[in-house]
Amino acid sequence: MQLPPTFRILPCGDAALSVEFGQTVDPAVNAQVLGLDAELGARPPKGVIETVPTYRSLFVQYDPVATGFEELAAELKARAAAAAPLAKSAKRWRIPVVYGGERGPDLDDVARRHELTTREVIRRHSACVYRIYMIGFTPGFAYLGGLDPTIATPRRDMPRALTPAGAIMIGGVQACVQCLAAPSGWHILGQTPVRNFQPSRKPVFLMATGDEVVFDAIEPREWAALARAAERGEPVAERVPA
Amino acid sequence: MSRLVVGNVGPATSVQDAGRVGVLRHGLSSAGAMDRFSLAAANALVGQPGPAAAIEIGPFGARFTAADGAVRLSLYGAAREATIDAAAVPLSRSFVLQAGARLALGPARDGVFTYIGIEGGIAGTPVFGSLSVHARAGIGSPIARPLAAGDSLDVPPASERHDLALPPRTPEQGPIRIVLGPQDDYFDPGEIARFLAAEWRIAPESDRMGYRLAGPKIAAARGYNIVSDGIANGQIQIPGSGQPLVLLADRGTTGGYPKIGAIISADLGRFAQSPVGASLRFAALDIRAAQAATRAWRAALDGLPARTWKLSSGAPSSEALLAENLAGGAINALDTDTWSHS
Repeated sequence: MQLPPTFRILPCGDAALSVEFGQTVDPAVNAQVLGLDAELGARPPKGVIETVPTYRSLFVQYDPVATGFEELAAELKARAAAAAPLAKSAKRWRIPVVYGGERGPDLDDVARRHELTTREVIRRHSACVYRIYMIGFTPGFAYLGGLDPTIATPRRDMPRALTPAGAIMIGGVQACVQCLAAPSGWHILGQTPVRNFQPSRKPVFLMATGDEVVFDAIEPREWAALARAAERGEPVAERVPA
Repeated sequence: MSRLVVGNVGPATSVQDAGRVGVLRHGLSSAGAMDRFSLAAANALVGQPGPAAAIEIGPFGARFTAADGAVRLSLYGAAREATIDAAAVPLSRSFVLQAGARLALGPARDGVFTYIGIEGGIAGTPVFGSLSVHARAGIGSPIARPLAAGDSLDVPPASERHDLALPPRTPEQGPIRIVLGPQDDYFDPGEIARFLAAEWRIAPESDRMGYRLAGPKIAAARGYNIVSDGIANGQIQIPGSGQPLVLLADRGTTGGYPKIGAIISADLGRFAQSPVGASLRFAALDIRAAQAATRAWRAALDGLPARTWKLSSGAPSSEALLAENLAGGAINALDTDTWSHS
């Protein structure tokens, strides 16, 4: 692929580096990141231990005894130039969400800010097809691209010390499926019983970077049964045709 | 099987090995020993491979009792008082804890973490290739959380072989070495110079996820927000407060604050051994010098088993211990000339 003028490779200490394709949230940039990630996964260069695709860069952990920064950077640049961007998702997941009420305490506020009904916010949020741009911060936390810009909402002035496991949130133009409870300044629109990361389940992780996500509004009365199923180790998230 | 029964322990005591790899892309950081060199030394003393699982003791005291048989243990890392049923036992050697005997460790005196190496290792089921406890993620084995009073670990009974010793750890002085980047261009050159000239103190809100540093406020000329990217062990974030946060073994895997630099692998353990209130400085190396330092450090770590020496069997006499101390001198991970003990 054509490397963008912003392409650069930067050290992250002596045992990791960042292959940076750009500095913005952009589907085309993310596709380049995923293209290089797939290329390295198929044919790992000497010394590479693991990789983390993020919005705009590929984080590469390597063994500095097996290879040096300059040697690896040259190899990665050549690989990036030869790799095809990966724009098509392999998997799509449908994720059940209870919107509003105690499970989505910021839904009313987001609706008010945009002068919309809560029903319309739910419709717009669940009408998008999202792509997982990155999994990070905490185990299983999926950062999503593809939010309807008409409901994009700047982060809260006062971050919450703790937001619940399964929180479905938006922050700016970003959206997410949270897995473990964590602090956050994003707006909580709803909650899902789906746990992307569950140590006692096989597989431990369900969704991967590059997968697609759609949301399915469910009734609060459906929550208990799905939460029990998730606890038993069922995925609850449903694979649907892309 | 013998057992090691946990008595009263501080909150930061857990089973740790060299950490897990391959799951960073799922948001799960490596965990693993905060001081890899001391882990490898503790393991060398009981004939275990360097990355094997040991018990990481945090800054507070800890007590253990052997049950159902004797176990061979070792101690390496931060200095602290250690006794077996009130008789002093030195660090940096292995010893046998007889069934019913109690090992009592005081708080760390010159560091944070001390490792208990265990002959034959800890029985557990690796999670993604590692027994390391990652408390926030709720994983680890055989117990998926820090140790607490009443826990019991299955360990093989002590063998008949000789006990081993290494020269004691002597904390190295000098600045903690870093490599600048990847967002050093978010800071004016003068601000980077200020960061490198400053004396930093380890702030109280520090744990296995990361250490906060207190010192001058560092201004990010291009702001404190980046589009989130990956975070390496030892990377130094500058959040909006201007006070650095060094991300460590249990860190979040991605983050949205600019990272001014990262501590090199060779100095990560030394940094992690800095207790709350300790002061330190940073020095920047170019990437070639950093990787040369890390290769030397790794060679020293891999050479630990060859540096051990046998102790005469039976309980060590005070003369033998004195001789050991005189012979041992200082051990410096980066200077193999300090390693002779004859």
